[in-house]
Amino acid sequence: MNEELIVSGRNIPGVDPHLHLWHWQIPLYLFLGGLAAGLIFFASLYVIMGKEDKAPTAIKWASFITPLALVVGLGALFFDLHHKLYFWRLYTTVRLESPMSWGAWTLLLVTPLSIVWSASYLRELVPSWDWKFKWLYDFEAWVIKNRKPFAWLMIFLSVILGIYTGILLSAFNARPLWNTSILGPLFLTSGLSTGAATIMWLSKDHEEKKLFGRIDLLLIAIEIFFIIHMFMGFLSSSQVQQEAASLFLGGEFTVPFWTFVLILGLLVPGFLEVLEWKGYKIPAAVPAFLVLFGGLMFRLIMVEAGQITRYLY
Amino acid sequence: MRYAMAIDTKKCVGCSDCVVACQTENNVPMGFARDWIVESVAGTYPRVEMEIRSERCNHCEDAPCVRCCPTGASHIIEGGVVLVKHDACIGCMACIEACPYDARYPHPDGYVDKCTFCIHRVDKGEDPACVAVCPTHCLHFGDLDDPNSDVSKVVAERKWKVLAPEAGTKPQLYFLM
Ligand code: SF4
Ligand code: SF4
Repeated sequence: MNEELIVSGRNIPGVDPHLHLWHWQIPLYLFLGGLAAGLIFFASLYVIMGKEDKAPTAIKWASFITPLALVVGLGALFFDLHHKLYFWRLYTTVRLESPMSWGAWTLLLVTPLSIVWSASYLRELVPSWDWKFKWLYDFEAWVIKNRKPFAWLMIFLSVILGIYTGILLSAFNARPLWNTSILGPLFLTSGLSTGAATIMWLSKDHEEKKLFGRIDLLLIAIEIFFIIHMFMGFLSSSQVQQEAASLFLGGEFTVPFWTFVLILGLLVPGFLEVLEWKGYKIPAAVPAFLVLFGGLMFRLIMVEAGQITRYLY
Repeated sequence: MRYAMAIDTKKCVGCSDCVVACQTENNVPMGFARDWIVESVAGTYPRVEMEIRSERCNHCEDAPCVRCCPTGASHIIEGGVVLVKHDACIGCMACIEACPYDARYPHPDGYVDKCTFCIHRVDKGEDPACVAVCPTHCLHFGDLDDPNSDVSKVVAERKWKVLAPEAGTKPQLYFLM
């Protein structure tokens, strides 16, 4: 027998018997951050490569989702704070050691920039749009003139944003399930995949749809590779990490993880994209929805399960 | 200066006086706790060992709770005591997620709270409330850099362990065995 019991009647809500302080808000925030990173990445990539005609939806239409996702994500983060009135304290200091801090700053930078990005395409999409003020027209002209450098800046920020959504968790070495450096690239890939799937879904251009279906397929493959890698890492690591992995290998998260994340979120959409490649008619909405659903479930499960894993008691 | 605490597991009877003293001294709300008692039982009958530990924040030298705090509300002061500035805390809970000892708690008023080593008492030359009240004198508090302090002496003389050293935070609670 080996039993450790707190006997002084400690019963802290959200902490005992095991941590449960982060609910759906943080996973949603991570999901939307990843989605935004994916959308920005592809839009910027095609501008940088000078192939705007290959990805019109990615660059123009889909870019309107980005600020929306970021604002809703920030809203979820704010909603999760227990001491909301002090929110501004996030922006009175820069703490490089704290992923939460540089994430907050990155978002403060990315959100307005993503609004500028989509606004600069507004008149192209809605020709009757009127900016009313001359300085807005001037600003628009300036942005249009500097699309390439702007895209470079955005692609850089999108990678930081995407990796950040993983590092936010992996920085916590107190939670063995999160404490793996593969979470950064894994969440980045997953974020890119949700972005690619969204573009594929929205696109009316057959060639572009196909292109992003292929890209998404590649990302799904990389993601599966990373997930296998993550488990291999856990199983050959310390006892607490082996126990963390066992939550997914027979433990209480086995069914949701393998069903929602791996099968429905990765394998099925991957398979549908392969079928589509082979010439079968598959409505893009189906794999796209599954990828988005899987991405959200993945974060929900990781945040939930990670809080159960610990060193003591 | 390096404040630390030694807890004599051979003497502790698990009476919870330290817990109650802390709650009174620091206005800890009902159900919440800055310190707590752990009863650990290991082995199989007839070879069973029980250990009772009065636990609290380890005031870790390499404190992950301070590192992850986005506002600087969690900070370390002279003597290595880890504190939370309540009016700088946004209640993001990152520090609670970061603590391998689950030593922090979300205060119902929104900020995060934890053991302060009763620094308000220590500054006046008194012992922390839990140390002062312990009926078996099993808690020793003081400056590890001072070889004549109570805590330095017991840590030098007795066999001790720290909890979960593999979490890598350099904890400063020494459990005498
Ligand atoms: S025990 Fe926890 S709260 Fe205390 S200093 Fe260490 S990590 Fe921070
Ligand atoms: S809850 Fe407060 S003290 Fe803890 S990390 Fe967030 S801001 Fe810092």
